[in-house]
Amino acid sequence: MKSLAELEAIRDKTLSEINMRTDRQGGIRIVVGMATCGIAAGARPVLGAIIEEVSKRELKDVIVSQTGCIGVCRLEPIVEVYRPGEEKVTYVMMTPQKAVEMVTEHIVNNKPIKKYTIGEADK
Amino acid sequence: MEREVITMKLARSHVLVCGGTGCTSSGSEKLLPEFDIQLEKAGIKNEVSVVKTGCFGLCALGPIVIVYPEGAFYSMVKIEDVKTIVTEHLLKGRIVKELLYDDSIDGAAIKPLKDVDFYKKQLRIALKNCGVIDPEEIDEYIAFDGYKALGRVLTEMEPKQVIDIIKQSKLRGRGGAGFPTAIKWEFAANQPEGKKYVCCNADEGDPGAFMDRSVLEGDPHSVIEAMAIAAYAIGSDEGYIYIRAEYPIAVRRLNIAIEQAKKYGLLGKNIFGTDFSFDLSLRLGAGAFVCGEETALITSIEGKRGEPRPRPPFPAVEGLWGKPTILNNVETYANIPQIILNGAEWFLGIGTEKSKGTKVFALGGKINNTGLVEVPMGTTLREIVEEIGGGIPNGKKFKAAQTGGPSGGCIPTELIDTPIDYDSLIEIGAMMGSGGLIVMDEDSCMVDIAKFFLKFTVDESCGKCVPCRIGTKRMLEILEKITSGKGTVEDIENLKKLAGSVKSSSLCGLGQTAPNPVLSTLKYFEDEYMAHVIEKRCPAGVCKDLLRYIIDKEKCKGCGICAKHCPVTAISGELKKPYEIDQQMCIKCGVCEIKCPFKAISRK
Amino acid sequence: MAVNLKINNIDITVPEGTTVLEAARSINIDIPTLCYLKDVNEIGSCRMCVVEIKGQRALQAACVYPVSEGMEVLTNTKTVRDTRKINLELILSNHERKCLTCIRNQDCELQKLSTDLGVLDIRFDGENSHYEVDMLSSSIVRNPNKCILCRRCISVCKNIQTVSVIDANERGFNTIIGSAFNMPLVDTPCTNCGQCIVVCPVGALHEKDDTDKIWELLADNKKHVLVQTAPAVRVALGEEFGMPIGTRVTGKMVTALKLMGFDGVFDTDTAADFTIMEEGTEFLNRLKSGKNLPLITSCSPGWVKFCEHNFPDFLDNLSTAKSPHQMFGAIMKSYYAEKKGIDPADIAVISVMPCTAKKFESKREELAATGHPDVDAVITTRELGRMIKQAGIDFTKVEDSEFDAPFGEASGAGVIFGATGGVMEAALRTVADILTGEDLQHIDYTAVRGLDGIKEATVEIAGTKVHVAVASGLGNARKLLEKVRSGEQQYHFIEIMGCPGGCITGGGQPIVDAKTMMDIDVKAARAAAIYAEDKSMTYRKSHENPIVKKLYKEYFGKPCGHLSHNLLHTHYVKRENY
Repeated sequence: MKSLAELEAIRDKTLSEINMRTDRQGGIRIVVGMATCGIAAGARPVLGAIIEEVSKRELKDVIVSQTGCIGVCRLEPIVEVYRPGEEKVTYVMMTPQKAVEMVTEHIVNNKPIKKYTIGEADK
Repeated sequence: MEREVITMKLARSHVLVCGGTGCTSSGSEKLLPEFDIQLEKAGIKNEVSVVKTGCFGLCALGPIVIVYPEGAFYSMVKIEDVKTIVTEHLLKGRIVKELLYDDSIDGAAIKPLKDVDFYKKQLRIALKNCGVIDPEEIDEYIAFDGYKALGRVLTEMEPKQVIDIIKQSKLRGRGGAGFPTAIKWEFAANQPEGKKYVCCNADEGDPGAFMDRSVLEGDPHSVIEAMAIAAYAIGSDEGYIYIRAEYPIAVRRLNIAIEQAKKYGLLGKNIFGTDFSFDLSLRLGAGAFVCGEETALITSIEGKRGEPRPRPPFPAVEGLWGKPTILNNVETYANIPQIILNGAEWFLGIGTEKSKGTKVFALGGKINNTGLVEVPMGTTLREIVEEIGGGIPNGKKFKAAQTGGPSGGCIPTELIDTPIDYDSLIEIGAMMGSGGLIVMDEDSCMVDIAKFFLKFTVDESCGKCVPCRIGTKRMLEILEKITSGKGTVEDIENLKKLAGSVKSSSLCGLGQTAPNPVLSTLKYFEDEYMAHVIEKRCPAGVCKDLLRYIIDKEKCKGCGICAKHCPVTAISGELKKPYEIDQQMCIKCGVCEIKCPFKAISRK
Repeated sequence: MAVNLKINNIDITVPEGTTVLEAARSINIDIPTLCYLKDVNEIGSCRMCVVEIKGQRALQAACVYPVSEGMEVLTNTKTVRDTRKINLELILSNHERKCLTCIRNQDCELQKLSTDLGVLDIRFDGENSHYEVDMLSSSIVRNPNKCILCRRCISVCKNIQTVSVIDANERGFNTIIGSAFNMPLVDTPCTNCGQCIVVCPVGALHEKDDTDKIWELLADNKKHVLVQTAPAVRVALGEEFGMPIGTRVTGKMVTALKLMGFDGVFDTDTAADFTIMEEGTEFLNRLKSGKNLPLITSCSPGWVKFCEHNFPDFLDNLSTAKSPHQMFGAIMKSYYAEKKGIDPADIAVISVMPCTAKKFESKREELAATGHPDVDAVITTRELGRMIKQAGIDFTKVEDSEFDAPFGEASGAGVIFGATGGVMEAALRTVADILTGEDLQHIDYTAVRGLDGIKEATVEIAGTKVHVAVASGLGNARKLLEKVRSGEQQYHFIEIMGCPGGCITGGGQPIVDAKTMMDIDVKAARAAAIYAEDKSMTYRKSHENPIVKKLYKEYFGKPCGHLSHNLLHTHYVKRENY
């Protein structure tokens, strides 16, 4: 160890891996449906893509979590975004690409992508 | 269709399995391989990271598993529960409510850990990383700002500045007496340049205390980092951690941590590219309580019989191998990096006027949440017992709490609202000690408790000085006399005299504090002593020799069942008339009490 | 630097580094002590000397507490007195209190303290420790039942003698002073020096008593019982009868021995002169050949056993000359027996020695040149004192008398064997005369005198520079020999005595209590008496002693000759440590 910068580099690299292990409250929760239906429809790569994107952008106060069957299996993979004080936004038939787009637009820029939401899908 | 295998770059879930000694002994070791097997079966091994951490504190409910990001707190996890957690929670995202710790459920939702009663009043500084990081991975320590304090100290500060920050923070030694840490460091720093040593006292020996063990098991690097900081502050290049061999997990993790720190150049030569070098090694103690006394510990490191020697000279002037030496305990060290990083002001904001920061306690005895807690100084005993500790089992009443183990004293009910800090405890005849906190309920006999602790010191006395070697033994003999019903009022007088003399004239802290359990029980529960001596009665019904089984004439129906079962035919009577117990013959086995169908027999 | 403090409100100024105890004693304030022994044991463990020091929470042990500027000490408060008394009662509560039948009765520091502190009752009696008494050593008896764990014996054995055969075993109330695995001393590398005995404040350590054996021999009409007394005995024996330390009682001692009924009262000093003849010659031979140098003296049996255990590589350097009393025994059972026409089997030779190791030495199988042990029994100065009392001899009042002829005539060189440096000086007196062929008048080799643990000198004799060194105390011997072993130092001749100060402070000498040791330099006082005795002698060089001359002419022929080789020389064996 020759410098603080060297230490800092190790810190940043590892922190992104383990930052999940803290209690956070009041932040944004992104919940991916990970029941059998969701997984069969490809929820796992969606979840992976979200976690990576969140970590890449060093988004603090964002929890990426999973949940069981939401009840509309035909629309899986489903991702729900809870922002404190706002209505839940439910995205359906997600793909990793859509998920990354969702993180950029909805989480970072606070512009939900309406066309992927459940309201649009049933139209 | 072949199953699609996806590798996630980052784990989506972290399973934290407690690897502290408490949970290890309740079976957490077996959970880790089982998680591996089940995750493999479920095909999600690459997505979930399973980590063995240090102690979460709630040892009574071990083994404990916490799953992030949800923060689901699973308690008393059995090996067969692992499959459920994997298939339900990790695979399908359905939290297994029936395995959760009761208090962590709030209706349908899971409470964040910090809202759980056990954690709500806690403030974790020394235990900050315990249960959060993998203690065998230096990177995880670094991720949570580990070694940053050392880096700053070495590259930005003069040794004197380091001592000044510690001095401003008013940090006091967490090992027992509460001596200001910075004063020790300053003494040693002011000694002429030359060989100096930095030692860590990890010889935690109080019965029921495991604060230091938990820090070392859960966050070994914090101690290593702090020792390096201390070494820089006093001008030392070598250190020893004296740890008891009965702490195998802590020893192993320390060894791993030291190796990793060496590999990263955080121990060894020219740390952070500066002139500062520091080497650290372990010395294993054989588990003698007296080796927690600083001069005895130093003698033991030197390879001699672990016995204290008179001070002065103090170790800071003449310590290990005659060289200036500072010796601090594990918890004290664990505070150092945090003080450096957050500043003295931050630390001053926590605690009471004369006792700053937090204190870790090992909660034990008659209390629901046996375990490890860290609270700000000044937290009341009531908060610890009732809120954090979850109260007393079976609806029993609180009688007293013993702090400081065999060196401390008991705190009675009337003082339960005392804010706990170094000085308030001394004032009421107890002592902070290293942090053991044993709760006693109405079923505890205070004379018996005093006897228990004194027996410990008698066994652990090194035998060097007269008051401790013979005085504590004679005190114990008097207590044995009292609890067996042979005591006299004069014995109590002699006990007081002896206790005072042992306290004031013993050579080291062990002997000087050994009478505390006796003195404090005498102070708050003298009536119980008197009951033993005058009425030959043990009010709590603990001292066997003083028990009397009595038949209630009103309730007795004269069935004769008791007489039939009495092994020594001490019960006699006529059928249908109240029976009687011959107290001379009775051996107090208690069979009659159990057998009586009318609950007419009771212990007095 | 001077330090100002107050003791019992009296202002006092003492040098920095002084202890509270020393400071108090300097103004005649007595503080009781028990474990403390100046320069030997300063560990503050008995807690008898506790005092109140302002600002200190607990009482402090005065014996180890250094003074500091502005300190206020109280030595005589109620708390202090009560605490001391309780601690003393605690010690007594686990002490075998058979005072009337104890070897240290009326000479016991614990007993005295008990009187001084007014202990009339023991309030805290309880369980007592019971241990086996170790009586297997031929020199030392250890009775742990009387031991008060003051640890003076450990300190002297470990720190001063570096023999380290005893230490604290077990812990707490079960602590017991003993050897490793509690084996008997006889199975350890104990050198039998007896320093543990002279520091013991109570009767837990004492010499193996051989007085009965001697009374029996004296009562046996068939036995011709001869006694010899070592030089150091005569400057200490008086202390057993209350005489001041350093009083010379040679004449009274001889009278007492005669009154006890010995058939001959002789002087080991005479034998010492023979030792010088043999050892001096040996030295000259080695100096000439250059072999087995340095020559190391062998008259101290504690040292010899120490060497056999710890420095076996130096066994060839040890002088093969027997120690004086063994030579004496051999001469008695050969030359003397022939002259007197007595069967050597009927002669008993008794040695009165300042030494407990001599008891062990006399039992060495190789020291029986005539087929009979050279010496039949060894008693210490203390045992002689007891025998004189048993015989009803009013020692302080008896007249002086002379040793019996012819083995009572000795030189001053033989006398100074009793003090450290004495053997070296005696040897140099003779060696110098031989080398120069002159009768030199400058015979006080003051460079090797004095009480330093290690002394070095270079003496020029007839143009030859002789490098000599003198060590007393086994710790010093170890230090010196390690330097020789490593090649750091080179000498021609080394004198080693096992006890610090030499035989005058040997393990068999009268016991001086700790308080007296603080006031009087016992070594210096006894050494002064030895050198005064030397000055008073007619002959001061061994080779001038008429009996020495006579025997070499009539019997031995020459030093280191065939007969003397058989009678006066011995050999050594390497001994394992455990």
